[in-house]
Amino acid sequence: MTDHQLLALLPFMVLAAASIVVTLLIAFRQSHTVIQVTGFVLMCGVLGAMWFARGILPQEVLPLLAVDGFAALFTGLIVFSVLVVGLLSFIYFEEREENPKEYYILLFLGSLGAAILTISRHFISFFLGLELLSISLYALIAYLRTRNNAVEAGMKYLVLAAVTSAFLLFGMALIYMETGSLEFGGMARRTDIISSPLFLTGLGLMVVAIGFKLALVPFHLWAADVYQGAPAPVTALIATVSKIGVFAVLLRFAAVLELQSYGPALVLFSALAVVSMIVGNLLALQQQNLKRLLAYSSIAHLGYLLVAFLPGNEAGIEAAVFYLLAYSITILAAFGIVTVLSTRQRDAESLAEYRGLFWRHPVMALVLTVAMLSLAGIPLTGGFIGKFMVLTSGVQQGLWVPVIVLVLTSVVGVYYYLRVIGVLFSEAPAAVARERVLHPWFYAITYTALVVLVLLLFWIGVFPNAVLQGIRAFLEIGAG
Amino acid sequence: MILVILISVLLVAGGLCWGLDRWWAARVKWVALLAVVIDLVLVAALWIEQGGAPPEAASAWMIDYRAEWISAFGISFHLAMDGLSLVLLLLTFFLGALAVLCSWNEVRERHGFYFFNLLWTLAGIAGVFVALDLFLFYFFWEVMLVPMYFLIALWGDSNRRYAAFKFFLFTQAGGLFMLVAILALYLLNGVQSGTYSFDYNHLLNTSLDAPAARWIMLGFLVAFAVKLPVVPLHNWLPDAHSEAPTAGSLILAGLLLKTGAYGILRFVVPLFPEAAAAIAHWAMLLGVIGILYGAVLAFAQTDIKRLIAYTSVSHMGFVLLGIFAFSELALQGVVLQMVTHGISTGALFLLAGMLKERLHTRDIGQMGGLWTALPSMGGVALVFAMASLGLPVLGSFIAEFLVLMGAFPVNAVLTVVASLGLVLSALYSLRLVQKVFLGPAPVAAHPLRDLGTREKIIMAALTISILWLGLYPQPVIDMVNGTVAQLTRPAPAVVIR
Repeated sequence: MTDHQLLALLPFMVLAAASIVVTLLIAFRQSHTVIQVTGFVLMCGVLGAMWFARGILPQEVLPLLAVDGFAALFTGLIVFSVLVVGLLSFIYFEEREENPKEYYILLFLGSLGAAILTISRHFISFFLGLELLSISLYALIAYLRTRNNAVEAGMKYLVLAAVTSAFLLFGMALIYMETGSLEFGGMARRTDIISSPLFLTGLGLMVVAIGFKLALVPFHLWAADVYQGAPAPVTALIATVSKIGVFAVLLRFAAVLELQSYGPALVLFSALAVVSMIVGNLLALQQQNLKRLLAYSSIAHLGYLLVAFLPGNEAGIEAAVFYLLAYSITILAAFGIVTVLSTRQRDAESLAEYRGLFWRHPVMALVLTVAMLSLAGIPLTGGFIGKFMVLTSGVQQGLWVPVIVLVLTSVVGVYYYLRVIGVLFSEAPAAVARERVLHPWFYAITYTALVVLVLLLFWIGVFPNAVLQGIRAFLEIGAG
Repeated sequence: MILVILISVLLVAGGLCWGLDRWWAARVKWVALLAVVIDLVLVAALWIEQGGAPPEAASAWMIDYRAEWISAFGISFHLAMDGLSLVLLLLTFFLGALAVLCSWNEVRERHGFYFFNLLWTLAGIAGVFVALDLFLFYFFWEVMLVPMYFLIALWGDSNRRYAAFKFFLFTQAGGLFMLVAILALYLLNGVQSGTYSFDYNHLLNTSLDAPAARWIMLGFLVAFAVKLPVVPLHNWLPDAHSEAPTAGSLILAGLLLKTGAYGILRFVVPLFPEAAAAIAHWAMLLGVIGILYGAVLAFAQTDIKRLIAYTSVSHMGFVLLGIFAFSELALQGVVLQMVTHGISTGALFLLAGMLKERLHTRDIGQMGGLWTALPSMGGVALVFAMASLGLPVLGSFIAEFLVLMGAFPVNAVLTVVASLGLVLSALYSLRLVQKVFLGPAPVAAHPLRDLGTREKIIMAALTISILWLGLYPQPVIDMVNGTVAQLTRPAPAVVIR
């Protein structure tokens, strides 16, 4: 391994080291604050390492990994999300769990798994990353083990994820049997077999696993329960980090194999996109629970994202990256509010608890309002530019069915996002006495972070030019 | 640059209103009024400046401002103003000032947020009237939507949530189809010309084959038809208009409906002349259906605001009829109709708001004989009811007359049927006056207050403008001459039956 390769992997090593550092810290000094601050510094370290290594990209670490601009973008997105999730976790767990330290080990391990997915160019690294992510999530979802919902959600995720992992392995095995290669590149060279039944079966089995992770219909049955049962910051983690990682590997896999030019695969993914958009939006309509509502909305949003995946060209990837960026910021802001409003006994998930929030906590209500508007894709917010780019890439390829479905289901979506906003602005009930705030400093920091997220959302919504050029520049840095 | 200032004054003042609310709640309305009046004065100054120019100037654009925005997609911040925009901007700020004035005492809580929404809606509308980049246009189109939703949902009447939802969903659905159409046009044009740009002037040069042009035009038309509204898509309008607060109804009827007409004039006809000509007769038919349907339903209403809302449907039918007649006379009538409808219907909604403030009901059945108690209000109401039924001397007469005259050579049958609408409008207008102001006076529980000074100023301004437009509409016609000439220049082949 050359120096350059090592340097290119430095961010991932720092990420891996973070979980070890936290483990050691727990052995020596059990202070939540210290762990939190160290974790924050280490995540900044990962970003610093990425900045440091940017000049030598792209690097291939054969045969498993490829660190290129594409990977850097997605890893950056993951680390950014983890930073925010980590910040949210402090006030959430400090009030609930007397011993929340192991949480951070799992958090960093899970992000490492997602980050590995973004750089994998081989089935082995793909599977390793996915399992690392899943196993951390099993424990994270059920972390508040005294809550029934959490245990149920953890079990559900464990069983289903294990089953789909088996599907994934079987699919990989079939493809390996046909192509004789575990590398994406190696498979791509065997263009003759791409329409063979075995390859198609293998691909279908892999799609089951990927669809499960991305919560695409019809593999979405876990989503609402897990979103509801998991602690709010973990839900944010599932909604952002795990989906970014899996989507990144899907994009790379499809790009190398040029899956989109292959009819049956295109039909398969179009169908998934269309069904996800329709079902996700329809199921969200009547939800009275904000976390479940966001779960169904995320199903729909992954459907939108797949529309950007379908063209399989530069514009599509660009749109997908931007969409994921806007979506992550939005979702983090929304779950940030859920986290801040949650009490010791339970998460603030019932919509009734948000009634008249605007008149009690205007700033928080505004953050949530902007997040909802962004999810609905209203201009001035990043969500609009994201949806605009997805539509552009879809129209460019003449994918009329997904595009029209996207438009129609967006209108359905607007209904339930507006419903949430309507609740926030409705007449306030008698003021609920709030518990004493335990950590004013961390509350202040969290508030600031949420406001910054909203400003970011406006910034990329009104002046997306800089971000777009950044994304283009990164995507030009080599291909794996 | 002046156009940027016009819009940003509203945006900044809106932000200020909200920000100052905590310390200065009672006085934010002055900030709002000041902002709108500044804009009104600026636009009036522009009018005087442009009024001196010869009416047949070489370029229709009086002011053109362009800055880079999202260069990655060929999106620029392109604002420009021609005569049509100027007329509508003047209307926007005139009605905007009245909207601020009429909320003076009506809004009792959350002043800051209210005026924030009001000003941002106005900013969005002003932006729609001057945006010359299709992406920017869509941007403003949506920006005016969200604050309007809040205006209805927070300060509206008892059924406000339902009305606000309906308004938002209808408009958003139309808007998204327009977005897809804009994208399709942008990409087709990009493939043809090699430069991808959302600029209006650039997109004007797209050559489309007939089916593509038809589909893309329909995408645009859906959005504008919802806003206008064209009859099968008008469903949101009676609810939104009747549930909105007075200023909201005023802006909805006076300005938001005009954005739909403006969109057809500015985008549908110039971008797709052939496709628009191909559906002209169908569109005129829909316009006539709207005229009759709106009038008949207006006659049947018992809720005064719903009644006025349906008259809007009827009046906007004339706009659709006139636009798709493609004749110079009809188009001049359309522009005049947009202005006079804004003034007369706006005035009627203001009167309905004042009645509601005094009687706490919108039910016509519970009114009657109010002339004795409210003589000045009754007089003003009579003037605007007459305007609504198209009495000569008042502006609407000229507008509807021009539309009918322009449409007659194109499609005589439809025009004759449309003129039946004038008879029906007399029915509903007179019924309105009779039920509310005439008849036996009920025993009032407490004496009713006639128009106050503020209300008199508002009504005087409106009455003067509708009279002026009725007696001397020439300045408006001159102002839009250039635009109208451009619209009729390609002379789309409308077959004369």
